[in-house]
Amino acid sequence: MIDVDSQKAFLKQLKAACRHVIADQARMKVYETDGLTAKKALPAYVALPETIEEIQACMRLCHAFQVPVVARGAGTGLSGGAMPHEQGLLLSLAKFNKILEVDVDNRLARVQPGVTNLSISDRVRPLGLYYAPDPSSQIACTIGGNVAENSGGVHCLKYGLTVHNVRHLTLVSPEGKLYELGGHGYDSAGFDLLALLHGSEGMLGIVVEVTVALLSVPEEVSVVLAGFDSTREASEAVGAIISGGLLPAGLEMMDQLAIQAAEDFVNVGYPRDAAALLLCELDGSAEEVQQQLQLLKQILTDAGATQIKVAATPQERHQLWLGRKTAFPAVGRLAPDYYCMDGTVPRKALPSVLEEISDLSKQFDLGVANVFHAGDGNLHPLILFDANKPGELDKAEAFGAQILELCIEKGGTITGEHGVGIEKIGQMCVQFTSQELSLFHGIKAAFDSTGILNPGKAVPTLSRCAEFGAMHVHRGDEKFPELERF
Amino acid sequence: MLAVCTRGCSMQTIIHPDVQRLPHIDEAEKILRNCVHCGFCNAVCPTYQLLGDELDGPRGRIYLIKNLLETNDIDGESVEHLDRCLTCRACETTCPSGVQYGRLLDIGREVIATEHSSRRKPNPLPHLVRWVVPRSWLFDPLLRIGNVVRGFLPQVLSLKIPKIAAVNAHNKRSLKPESGTLSYNVVSNVTQRKVLVLSGCVQKSATPNVNRSLASLLASHDVAVEYLANEGCCGALDLHLSAHAKAKQRMRYLIDKMHESLSDYDAIISTASGCGVTIKEYPTILADDAAYLKKAEEVCGKVVDAVEYLAQFDFSSLSAKAIRVAVHTPCSLQHGQKMPTSLEDILNRAGVQLVATGEKHLCCGSAGSYSLLQPSIASALTARKLDNLQLDNPDVIVTANVGCQMQLSASAGIPVMHWLEFLAQHHDGLTK
Repeated sequence: MIDVDSQKAFLKQLKAACRHVIADQARMKVYETDGLTAKKALPAYVALPETIEEIQACMRLCHAFQVPVVARGAGTGLSGGAMPHEQGLLLSLAKFNKILEVDVDNRLARVQPGVTNLSISDRVRPLGLYYAPDPSSQIACTIGGNVAENSGGVHCLKYGLTVHNVRHLTLVSPEGKLYELGGHGYDSAGFDLLALLHGSEGMLGIVVEVTVALLSVPEEVSVVLAGFDSTREASEAVGAIISGGLLPAGLEMMDQLAIQAAEDFVNVGYPRDAAALLLCELDGSAEEVQQQLQLLKQILTDAGATQIKVAATPQERHQLWLGRKTAFPAVGRLAPDYYCMDGTVPRKALPSVLEEISDLSKQFDLGVANVFHAGDGNLHPLILFDANKPGELDKAEAFGAQILELCIEKGGTITGEHGVGIEKIGQMCVQFTSQELSLFHGIKAAFDSTGILNPGKAVPTLSRCAEFGAMHVHRGDEKFPELERF
Repeated sequence: MLAVCTRGCSMQTIIHPDVQRLPHIDEAEKILRNCVHCGFCNAVCPTYQLLGDELDGPRGRIYLIKNLLETNDIDGESVEHLDRCLTCRACETTCPSGVQYGRLLDIGREVIATEHSSRRKPNPLPHLVRWVVPRSWLFDPLLRIGNVVRGFLPQVLSLKIPKIAAVNAHNKRSLKPESGTLSYNVVSNVTQRKVLVLSGCVQKSATPNVNRSLASLLASHDVAVEYLANEGCCGALDLHLSAHAKAKQRMRYLIDKMHESLSDYDAIISTASGCGVTIKEYPTILADDAAYLKKAEEVCGKVVDAVEYLAQFDFSSLSAKAIRVAVHTPCSLQHGQKMPTSLEDILNRAGVQLVATGEKHLCCGSAGSYSLLQPSIASALTARKLDNLQLDNPDVIVTANVGCQMQLSASAGIPVMHWLEFLAQHHDGLTK
């Protein structure tokens, strides 16, 4: 923390370093939160640089004055990763919204970090290309934010997360120096720092340029809907599809509550009587898709599918996906509020995890709808509650925490694609030991020795974990027993 | 109480007691409760695309209005961010939660106008625009003088003067001009269908061809056209410039005029989608006016845009199939009246050759009087829109609102027409 005189000096120099600075409370208030509105903090300053030089100047200044820096893209994150620091600078990269170069021969696009995910695909689609990772917020979320959270999406089962689709990054260090990571090939000498940066949640550097890989738009796409009488059968079918040798472009599951909600909302023809449904997208050449389709139908039938529907035309495909894509707002109509969780379990654990979530739902007396990326085991339970009823919010939070701990217990992880941010920082203490967390802090210190980048997010301090452990003893196991508690 | 959740969890709002007594506040609170702060709106917002500042996107503006309603205060700079909104409502088309942003902004602007008008920097321009434009005896000659002296003015000024579209020879020959009194332009019989066509205040002076074109197209399908005497302005201009009381006064006047002989007409047609969008919302805007609400609902039940009414007829005998046409669907039609493809659909059915365009959802920068009040943002948007419209080398640009037509034609290198003008010019049925 810096004193009042230093704050004045800092602000004066910040305004000289960057053309667009906001420092009045009234206007900074719109920057107090990202997509996770429950977590808010008013920043001390907001800067909207337009050039890399301005970013470097801002970083040098923050380093000199030891002012914390939180980078922000479109502010669509769901774990509070871009929640400001009260004594810090919120560094918005939204003005960096240009696609700099499309290299068709090498199938690469060099873009600024504030470019939205979807606009890359929109730009290169006339060339028969697209950018594969497609988080559901792809219309608005930025590629810089995708790197920070290592975002996925429906198609990441086959085409990988952001980390698998980025070839090169330009980074500004906390001291304001410019670094290049990665290259245009698949491998480079030394440690794979390019991979390390993905999912680092703005704690290692400021990404100022991203080169992404582009793929050819597949010749043929087919979407199959399969209805089941139980979530167990549906989730066992997920395992059977993958172990049967198929790698679908997308493999999604919805349970009965989600099916009903989606049907009420958009009426796309989902089977209302089914306890669960799978949506499976196949892509490739025409022959390839036909062959996969035959195999898929066989596997689904063997797994007990009560009905199978194949969408062949683009309109039919659009219809089937529409229900899935609007499922969140549709579920939102079932209750005044919902809490969207994000955790991942190994595919084989899906049947038992879904049953345990259903048991927890009865135990907490709160409804839960499941709409999720089944193929990669990435769960999104939506806990229904009413924030205006006393106690329900706490109950929903406790329910959510138990789901995350269930994920860990089954050999999974507390995040699938939303990141840890501020939301799941407590559960990090459950997933990792103090030794592992110390290792994370060591890596952070190697990039950011004074800890000015997004402090307090993603990796909890050991003392924070001690506090969390004191509040929250899971099934009698006290975490971090080696730490003193006060 | 704060809700801990992500998408689907709305922002809790505690309205300031002094604000609670103001009109439409319950409606505003409901709209705020629908917003889940997902940020999808920013992705399609023209000002956010240009400025990249949360304060200049819908989500930030919603936050500013929320703050205004909670604290009953707002500072001058925040007011500027709200004024920078074009009210194109592209955000509403994209919002997955159905937030009626346009209404919320309107309510917010009314609170600022009635409670915090001192926060707004004094600017005589909006008052001048509101005073001149609806007075056709003044606006009409001013526009003509402007068109005569245009060539002698510096470009920065000349681009601001709307071009008066040349009256095409065909229309001049076959149709009587609109006059101040009810004018029957086609011989009618008792059973003939009749429609009431609104003249609009700017359109009447700047693009008088448009309604003549509509009349000739309808005549070919045996529909007679009538106009209102002393129609006045629909109130859109006053509404967008935060003169809510005057706007409502104009609305009540026009409702009375339209209501007089409502049953005589098959429909009331607006050929300027910027007027149509406001007229269709009369019942919402006048929701707390017990004396007028029912009347407003009755009138609005009959108000349609020309694309809606003409959709029932066949215009496929076109003589212009070789002409390459770029379509700009006005925001007031695609986002405001929620008809994103209606214009392209009707032209496609008529056999018009449409070319590819980009960023269809983005505003052209006209936005009513916006182009006069925010010239730098407006001209940046116009340049971007023209690039997107001319990607595929069209011969002509067509649109469905007088404001867009004037804004685009001032700097487009090719003709910009109202789609009704284009269709009337090239419809074989009319030239036989």
